[in-house]
Order: sequence, then C-alpha cells, then structure tokens
Amino acid sequence: MTGYELSRRRFLTGMGTLAVAFSLAPSVLERQASRAGAATPNGLQVTETTDADSLSWLVLTPSGVTIHSGKVELGTGTQTALTQIVVEELHVDGAHVQYVQGDTQVTPNQGTTAGSKSVQNGGPQLRLAAATAFQALLGLAAQQLGVSKDQLVASDGVFRDTASGRSVTYQQLLAATDLVLAADPNAQVASPDDYQVVGQPVQRADLPDKVTARFRYVQDVAVPRMVHGRAIRPAGRNASLVSIDPASVTRAKAIPGFIELVQQGNFVGVVAQTEWAAIQAADRTNGVRVNWDDGQPLVAQAELPDALRDPANQYRSVEMVKIGDVEQGLASAAVTAEASYFTPFQMHAAMGPSCGVADVRSTPDKSTGIQVTVWSGTQDVYALRGAVASLVGVPEESVQVVYEEAAGCYGDGADDAAADAALLSQTVGRPVRVQWMRPDEHGWEPLGPAMAHDLRGGITNGKVVAWEHVLCSPTHNSRPNDNPGTLLAGSLLGSLPATLPSAPGDAAGRNAPVTYKFTNNHLVGNLVRSFETTGPTSGAPAAPLQYRFLRSTALRSLGGLSNTFANESFLDELAAAGGVDPLQLRLTSLDDSRATAVLNALTDTWAARPRGGNGTGAGIAFQQYETEFTYVAAYAEVAVDAATGEIQVRRVIVAHDCGLVINPDGLRNQIEGNVVQGVSRALKEEVQFDERGVTSIFWEQNSFHPTPPYSVVRFNDVPAIDVILIDRPEEPAWGAGEPSIGIIPAAVGNAVFAATGTRIRTLPMTPDRVLDAMRTR
Amino acid sequence: MPTPLTRTLNVNGTDRTVNVDDDGEELLYVLRNDLDQHGPRFGCGVAQCGACTVLVDGQITRSCQTPLRTVRDGASVETLDGLDADGSLHPLQRTFIEEQAAQCAYCVNGIIMGAVGWLRQRKVSGNTSVPSDPEIVAFLSGDAPGFTRNYLCRCGAHTRMIRAISSAAGEVLS
Repeated sequence: MTGYELSRRRFLTGMGTLAVAFSLAPSVLERQASRAGAATPNGLQVTETTDADSLSWLVLTPSGVTIHSGKVELGTGTQTALTQIVVEELHVDGAHVQYVQGDTQVTPNQGTTAGSKSVQNGGPQLRLAAATAFQALLGLAAQQLGVSKDQLVASDGVFRDTASGRSVTYQQLLAATDLVLAADPNAQVASPDDYQVVGQPVQRADLPDKVTARFRYVQDVAVPRMVHGRAIRPAGRNASLVSIDPASVTRAKAIPGFIELVQQGNFVGVVAQTEWAAIQAADRTNGVRVNWDDGQPLVAQAELPDALRDPANQYRSVEMVKIGDVEQGLASAAVTAEASYFTPFQMHAAMGPSCGVADVRSTPDKSTGIQVTVWSGTQDVYALRGAVASLVGVPEESVQVVYEEAAGCYGDGADDAAADAALLSQTVGRPVRVQWMRPDEHGWEPLGPAMAHDLRGGITNGKVVAWEHVLCSPTHNSRPNDNPGTLLAGSLLGSLPATLPSAPGDAAGRNAPVTYKFTNNHLVGNLVRSFETTGPTSGAPAAPLQYRFLRSTALRSLGGLSNTFANESFLDELAAAGGVDPLQLRLTSLDDSRATAVLNALTDTWAARPRGGNGTGAGIAFQQYETEFTYVAAYAEVAVDAATGEIQVRRVIVAHDCGLVINPDGLRNQIEGNVVQGVSRALKEEVQFDERGVTSIFWEQNSFHPTPPYSVVRFNDVPAIDVILIDRPEEPAWGAGEPSIGIIPAAVGNAVFAATGTRIRTLPMTPDRVLDAMRTR
Repeated sequence: MPTPLTRTLNVNGTDRTVNVDDDGEELLYVLRNDLDQHGPRFGCGVAQCGACTVLVDGQITRSCQTPLRTVRDGASVETLDGLDADGSLHPLQRTFIEEQAAQCAYCVNGIIMGAVGWLRQRKVSGNTSVPSDPEIVAFLSGDAPGFTRNYLCRCGAHTRMIRAISSAAGEVLS
C-alpha cells in the first residue's frame, strides 16, 4: 500500500469528511513557476505514489475546517495569512478554521520554516486545495438541490440557489460525504477581482490569548512527572573538562530537591525537582563547579576583518558572477573607487531564551511505538527528530517532536536546548525541562557570522562600467540534521558538526549578486573555515573539534544584510565619486519595472530630503530579495551629533512589492519589525568575545554584570516608520519576513554620509566608530 | 543551607499560600511554577528586559530579581493573567489587539504590566493627562523620572505598542 493510500484511509472515517491532499514539499516548482511569472503556479501534483510524509491535508467535516501543515507559526502571522487564503476559496467564516502544525506524528515534513517562504510557497498550494474542496462541495450541492452549478452562490458555508432561493449548508453536505481527493492543479480559483478576505487586514488569531496570558509558549510546557534541568557550559568554545570539584558536588547535593549531576564528555548538566534548585545547582558559586582547560584560542575579535580575508582561514573560493571584464572596465572608467566593509558577529538574542522539554523513556510505548517525545520551538520538527534520535541512540520512528511556539527566534538555539533536555531526561528517566539562562543564550546560541567585503568599481558619465565584490564569510547554516554533532550537546559529547558548505549559494552569497545591469561585473565568495578542517581545501571538520571562529548559523536574511550593506553603500560611493544622484544612478542601472517602481515610490520624499552636510541627511537603498523575489527600497533620515558621534535615525520609509498582498496589516507589522531590527543591527549590535568565547552575555553592563553588553535598540532609538505597499493582485504572493531588513544598514549609512560627509564602512555604527571615522576622514 | 519560607500572597485578588525550600527563590519562579501564572516570563534573570514584570502592592516589580523573602506576607501581586479577571479585557489588552501591537508577544507581559503600573501611579500622583508619545517612549526606555527600567522588544513592534498605550491611557487614567 502506498503512503498516500495509508494517509488517505486516516480520513475515511465514515463520519462525514472531505479531505484534500496537497503538497508543499519541494519549492523548486513554485520557484520555476514564479520565475516564469505564472500567477497561480500549478505546483506539485499529488498522485498515488506521493510520499505520505510530503502531504498536507485540508480536512472539512461538519464541525469545521482543519489544516494539517508542517509549517509552524514563528510570530509572523503566517497562520493568519494562510487561513485567509483558505477562507477566500471556501467561502466560509475564518473562525471555523483550525490549524494543526509542527508535530512529527500528525503533520507532514515540509522542511524548515524560514527565509520568508511560508506564504510564498504554502499559499498557492493551499489555495488549490481549498479550490478543489470548494468545487467538490459545489458539485454535491448542485446534485442535492437538483440544479446546475452555475445557479449556486456560496457564502459563509451555505450554498443558495439564486433561482429558487433554496439552500443547503456545507454541514449538511459534509455529513453525508466521505471523500478523499488530491488537489487539482487546474481547480478554478477565485479571481483576484472578487477577493473579499485576501487583501484585508484580518487580525491575528493568536494575539487575544497572548495579551491575556492564556497562550502557552514552549517555556510553559509542563508534563506529568516533569523535573528541571540546567546545562553547565564549558569555559569556552574549545574548552575540555578537567575535573569537577568534589566539594562543590557535595554542596549541590545538599540543595533541597537536587536529583542528579550528569556528565558525559564535555556535556555537564544538573537535574532537580524544582527550577530554582536546578538553577542553584548549576551556579558556580552555590552549586557544581567544573574545572576546564581552555584549549585552542579563538581568532581575536580585533583581528576579525583581516582573519576573514586571510586565505589560510579559507577553504574555498567560488566565482559567483563573471560578466565582461572588470579590469578593462576599471581601466576605461572616468572615475574609480574601492572600499572595504565589515560586519561583526550578531545574535538572534530572542527575548525568551531557548527552552526544550524532553521525555526519554527506556522502552517504546506499546501502542504508539514512541520512546522519545520532545517539545521544542524548533523551525523544523523533522530535522530535530533525526538529530535527537541519533543523539540518544534510538530509531527516528520512535521519536516524536512537537512544535511549541517560542519567543521570536529569527533562527536560534531552540534545537540545542531540546538536545540538552533529551540527554538529561535519558539519564534521570523522567521528563526534563531545560530553560537556558540569559548567559547560556547570549553565550552559546549559534550566531550570525561576521563578514568582510572588498569592492572596486568605476563610473563614466553616470553609468557604472565596472563592479567587483569579493566577500569572505563563515557558514550561515548549522541547522540540525541526522548527525548529533549538529547539536551543541552532541558536539560536547565528541560528535563532529556537518561539513561546511561547498558554495556561498543563497546563504553567505544571499543578495551578493546585484539586480543592476552592470556591463563588467565580478563576484567572488570566499568561504571561511569556522573550525579546523581535514585539509587546506576541505570543509570537513577535523577531530577533535577546534573552533577558529565562533559557531555560526542562519540569522534573519543570512548573508543578505551584510552583502547589501556593502553593495548599496558602495554604489553610493560610486555615485558620489561620479557626481551622480544616488537615486538616479539606481534607476538608470535597473531594467525591471517592478524594481524601478519601488524606487519611484520614494522619489517625492527624496526630492524634499534634508539638504545634508549639516548633521542631518537622508539615504536610500534598494534590493530585490535573493535577486528574484520581493522588491524593496528604503529611505532613511538621520541626525548625527558631531560631538558625541551618536546617530539618531529619525524616519524610515520602506516601499515594498511582494506581489499579491494577503494581509496588509500583518505585512506592515513585518516590515516595521524589519526596520526596527535593521536599525538595531546597523547601530547597536556586535557580539563581543575573547579567546575563549562570547563575553557579551547580558543586554546591559552595570556594576553587577561588568561584562560588555549586547546592546539592542531601545524604544527611544526607534524611528518613525512609513510603509508604502505596492499591491499586485495578479502576481504570486512573495515573502516579507526578511527582504526589508537587508536595506536598512545601507540606507542609514548613506544618510550618515549625506549628513556628515563621512562614510561608515563597519557595523555597528557606534558613536566611537563615527567619531573615529570623522577624525580620520 | 537555604532557609525555608511560607508566604501568603494575594494573587490577582485571591489569597494563595506557598512553601519554598529557599527564601531566596525569586518571585518569578514561585508565580510560574507554584501559582500557575503564565504572564510573567523569564527573559534575562537580571532585571534588564522587563519580560517578568508584575505589580507588587501596586509597584512595578521585576519578579526575576525579587527574592520571595523580600515580599511581605499578604502582599498583593497582580499579573497579566488577572488583568481581565472581571471577564472584560483591560483597556491595554484591548488596544494591543486593536493595534496588533506584537509579533511573538513574549515581551508583551512586561510592556502591558509596566504601562498599567506607570499609568496608575501617574493618576495617584494627580496627573490624569494622557501622556504624550515622547513620555511613553521615555517610560519604556527607562528614561522617565522615577522609572529607570528599560523594556525590550526584539520583534520590532515598538511603534504599535506606543500607539496602543497612548490610545488606552485616557481610559486607564479616568
């Protein structure tokens, strides 16, 4: 029996069901379709042989509509937007749509929720599934009422015959139905002209529970017999355990509620009856004290810009773009320029530190076969399932991972906290909840990597005639897979992480290529080894694991923010060198009407901008996300205090074209969030570290916590924000979770240049850096 | 050795008695794990972010840095969980929904409870004027007279939260 058939039978209950199978699995076809400009990509056709794991289900019963999806809510309103699409096609009331998400036992494997793709990839498929269901219901209604389909109109779950006025409800039809269908790629979908729900600012479904404390985050998960764990981390990234102070163990054991000290390799943790007892037992002063050998020092923070560029730290160099001849272009140019840019390690720094709950039993449950259950805020329940299975040494089928929403993550340590909980639970034989403390999160979360960029260019008569960008970057992907070394706990046990990427691709290389039509254009991506590898050109980790740089992974927009900071700042440098208006230079370098439209939306504001040069100024930046999706342009206005070097971003305007707008208010909320986080990363955020590891382990520095701060924006750093949405109902809906963050640092830097005549080429643009740059100009 | 402690707290209008093994246990863990309150959340543990904010005897309190022994017996503790106890949303809860003033909303507990405490004290001090946006920003940035604690939001819903507080303030102050 095929997987499809097995899944199909699940829904044939004889209780009145209409189930439609659809697939969201690979996004390749959607990408092809959207490249080709198709308004409603046909997507993946579900057939009898489709793997059950890759199926999603839209299920209608007399009691309501349920969507079984692998996509998870990451606080971005994805669920609300996807529901709007279903409601539109089905003509039902949105309140009746239930969402079952992110559980390896009941939802399909749809890969990671990330990269602004939930609505972009999921929307078209869900629309077809809903349209298929609607057509089936329409057929049933016509049969029931003995009229032709085109005589029927549907509204709020009722079909009405326009001729006789007789009606039949979906409920009545479904009660007498037992039908499983595959989504019809040719199903008739609602015309954008008739949209009543799509395009409306529908309120998010989750907020009422969140503002009344009824919502349960992963941090609120509590299961019977659950106890509390805390991990005790090594003294540094490369540290190894020497000994555990016996007196400190005696001290910890005397803490009321103490259960167990767990040590395997470099993984150390404690388990206690109460959360407070676990915190005390893991505390170096009140509980267990571990002695560590620091091991190989990390490359010093001050050396980062040079070290990233050092070929000895690189394992691969990839030519990503080669158009024309840059050397010839430079030789022929009226004016040339060159500049180097740098962005530091930055953190996800979620408001709520990572938390995981795991129940690892000695034998599988007799009825379900499940031996390990994990509750996690992971972005990919299936990947975490594989990693945890290999970490605790059980078959993947006996592990269940249940998604529970965490604090807004932007890619973070959720998987690592779940792994900590699994190891501790395996030892004590009870469910264990591990809540990372703030220094665990700031100190050990996988970071967004530092990047270095060298650019050269030439301009003649207002036209860019040469463009070269060489980028250097550690990996942007350390997400879990079946290898336990992809989890922090696994690597502390001695497993090696995944091999580093073989190409910059859409990670380190995201938005490194430009959308501009430059005649001579050269792009090179140099990949930096985060740890010692098995050879000079190898990205495979050598044993034992020794980091050169801090562990890094995907942070909102990956390399896009750094690459666009470099590209869009340097384009401004060329404009200044060539005596051209920066907005005009962008417009004349583009040949795509949707690209020029977002820039043209800012033209009036640009024309009325502060004149600059007197401490206030304005800048713009543009990008097309991943050079093939959402178009964004930003206008930023700043005031720079010449005495203190402090930058205040006063106003930001974003013009945004992501095609069809599903929910304009949810979209604005996303864009505003991008602007605020973009300002934060432009002005404030920089991971501080020494030869052992991260030292910026709190938000602020004070007499109790003298370590350097990891500063982020405060309310008084937030600019006024205007969003201009360009709605294109005939176009596919593209993502909005990341596109606009990438242009903020460049827009701010360009504004600072306009205000002061000083170019800041390093993030964050702290007062010290601004003063230094102004002095050395 | 830690000192055990028994305390009776009036949590959102109901007297609740708790026993802890260590009188140094922070109020946050007592509220979350012993008294089933889910509004106050662990964010930083060092009173720098605001996610754990509750009102103790009406005072804005970072519960992650409040050992239980420092809370008087019989003290009133108000949490986000109890803000709509009378069955209707508090004006701030309502305007946070109206303005869709959140994304992940993990920080919302702190912002709402902080604003409730701040506006009430404003009223008690005889000032019933609706605060200006710069006043709201100063309060949330820890830059207002008598209010030096910063409130963090990581998702960037700041401008909406300012609007939500502004639009609820009149009702809270009346």
